[in-house]
Amino acid sequence: MNLSAIFGEALRALRQNRLRTGLTMLGMIIGVAAVVLMLSIGQGARTKINETIAAMGSNLLLVVPGAMSSGGFSFGSGSVRTLTINDAHAIAELASIRATAPVTSGTVQLNYAAKNWSTLITGTTPEYFEVGNWTMESGTAFTESEVRSAARVVVLGSITAKNLFGDEEPVGKTIRITNRPFLVVGVLMAKGQSLTGRDQDDNVFVPISTSERQITGNQFPGSIRYMLVQGASANEMDIAEIEITQLLRQRHRIPNGKDNDFTVRNLTAIADVATDAAKIMSIVLGAIASVSLLVGGIGIMNIMLVSVTERTREIGIRMAIGANQRAILTQFLLEAMMICIMGGLIGLIIGIGGAWLVSQVADMLIVITVGMIGLAFLFSSAVGIFFGFYPARKAASLKPVDALRYE
Amino acid sequence: MSLTQPTHSTQSLIQLEHLCKSYSLQDAHGHTITTQVLHQIDLTIRQGEFVAIMGHSGSGKSTLMNILGCLDTPTSGSYWLSGRNVATLSSNELAQIRNRNIGFVFQGFNLLKRMTALDNVATPLLYAGISRSKSRQQALEFLRRTGLEDFAMHQPNQLSGGQQQRVAISRALINHPSLILADEPTGNLDTQTSNDIMQLFEQLNRDQGITIILVTHENDIAAYAKRLIHLKDGRITIDNDTTAAAPLHEAE
Repeated sequence: MNLSAIFGEALRALRQNRLRTGLTMLGMIIGVAAVVLMLSIGQGARTKINETIAAMGSNLLLVVPGAMSSGGFSFGSGSVRTLTINDAHAIAELASIRATAPVTSGTVQLNYAAKNWSTLITGTTPEYFEVGNWTMESGTAFTESEVRSAARVVVLGSITAKNLFGDEEPVGKTIRITNRPFLVVGVLMAKGQSLTGRDQDDNVFVPISTSERQITGNQFPGSIRYMLVQGASANEMDIAEIEITQLLRQRHRIPNGKDNDFTVRNLTAIADVATDAAKIMSIVLGAIASVSLLVGGIGIMNIMLVSVTERTREIGIRMAIGANQRAILTQFLLEAMMICIMGGLIGLIIGIGGAWLVSQVADMLIVITVGMIGLAFLFSSAVGIFFGFYPARKAASLKPVDALRYE
Repeated sequence: MSLTQPTHSTQSLIQLEHLCKSYSLQDAHGHTITTQVLHQIDLTIRQGEFVAIMGHSGSGKSTLMNILGCLDTPTSGSYWLSGRNVATLSSNELAQIRNRNIGFVFQGFNLLKRMTALDNVATPLLYAGISRSKSRQQALEFLRRTGLEDFAMHQPNQLSGGQQQRVAISRALINHPSLILADEPTGNLDTQTSNDIMQLFEQLNRDQGITIILVTHENDIAAYAKRLIHLKDGRITIDNDTTAAAPLHEAE
């Protein structure tokens, strides 16, 4: 008997038991749909994190003041103002460093026409936009000379710009920050959330000198809240970290044996942790979904075993009229595989549909790859072969005389 | 003399030598109980014969039939079918013999449910490797010969007993077998239909020379056959082998 004829017999057998075929298939449909949905959510999360990391800028180190201890007491990082703008300038001179950007920050009230808005203000230098991988939507960043002259210029984050100006073009307009007029020189492109979930677009940026002298004021002149440091190359981040530490210890005159009064954090390492977390999440999601696929497979085996018992007489008749063991085995195996593959295809469609729905409703990034579709298809046929083989072999190994006699 | 020196001539379609069949069962205490169903059967059936095997239930006639039909294997002794020793054949070869050389007709018809008469008749051809469309064409031709052309698209449960048995006979015939085994073919039919079916067998035997072996316990059905074999407790008690007896006498 040729394969296409056996295929026809298998298809006929499935059609004869529509309800049972459908219910068995449902196990497969749910399993594959779950796997596809979970994989796409996991992949979406990974893609999102990768985008965020790319937007963050590369080879970044964060230097924050603090971790100072005095007579056995240690203060939390940021609790003292030990870092200065001059530290930042000195670090920028190191060979392993490309650029540094000192940062001070505070909260301010903004006014434009009748609108007012409360937001974060960041005082920094032009390097900040370069190091942080920011791009301008319109206008330009403030310049080095504007920092030196403590000019009243401001760069707006995209959300702040939208809240104050709506559809109006902000560049060239004047807004009031704590009642002092500032000229808007640029608006940043939206960047979305940071890795820590903070909205990076609701923010205004002014020269660090202007911020210190005219807005937030400063208890310790020249001190900064933190600095962003960009290394010259990805391979030399460890060297950069060591050089910064040595330089700052020397500048701060910290004797050997005493703790640092600053902390250097590698943001790339933090990004790696986030990537790993996303990877683990997608593996866990996939594993949970695979359980339902496994349950679906066991359901198929169960039904096929029942089917073999129920159709023992039919198997006997087929053997009496000339079916050999291979023909019987192939027919039952094909039945199981057809259930799996058809269920897998329907599951795939539902999974993709579900992923689209999740992306619409929950506003999540969902990524479906060809590999994922292939995997689902491969997995469902493998389940069909694996769970269909035992019942099929059981059917094929029946003795014709016993099968015919079966009531 | 012919028993001690078996000659596997082309004339003898079936030759059984000292054929035995026993079943072993384990009882509740784990002891094996062996029941011997067939004892040392020696039997020769030639091409073109019409044989009726009779006996009470438990006489072993169904077991003998299953062995003849290659559905079951003997415990000991040999079974030569068309000169081939069946005991040495693989399950694939047995399946092929069932497909090509033997046609089965059962008491309960044994048609495949929820399948049209046409497809039932065509199925043996599919197992012989013939395409579905060709199989159906031939099946229709065989249904036409048994007068069931109009019922080709009916399923078994839409047919009368006599019609179902004729579908089964068409199915048995479709691969042009040399042997038809009929196990109580009229057991589920009324007298009139029984006679029709038996006349069909008679005609197949006479016109096409197909060997027919029939199991029955009804004397008037057995009367259609030319040779009668009685089985009792697994042994042949009567065998009115008229055709074989004549040359034997001449030789003496």
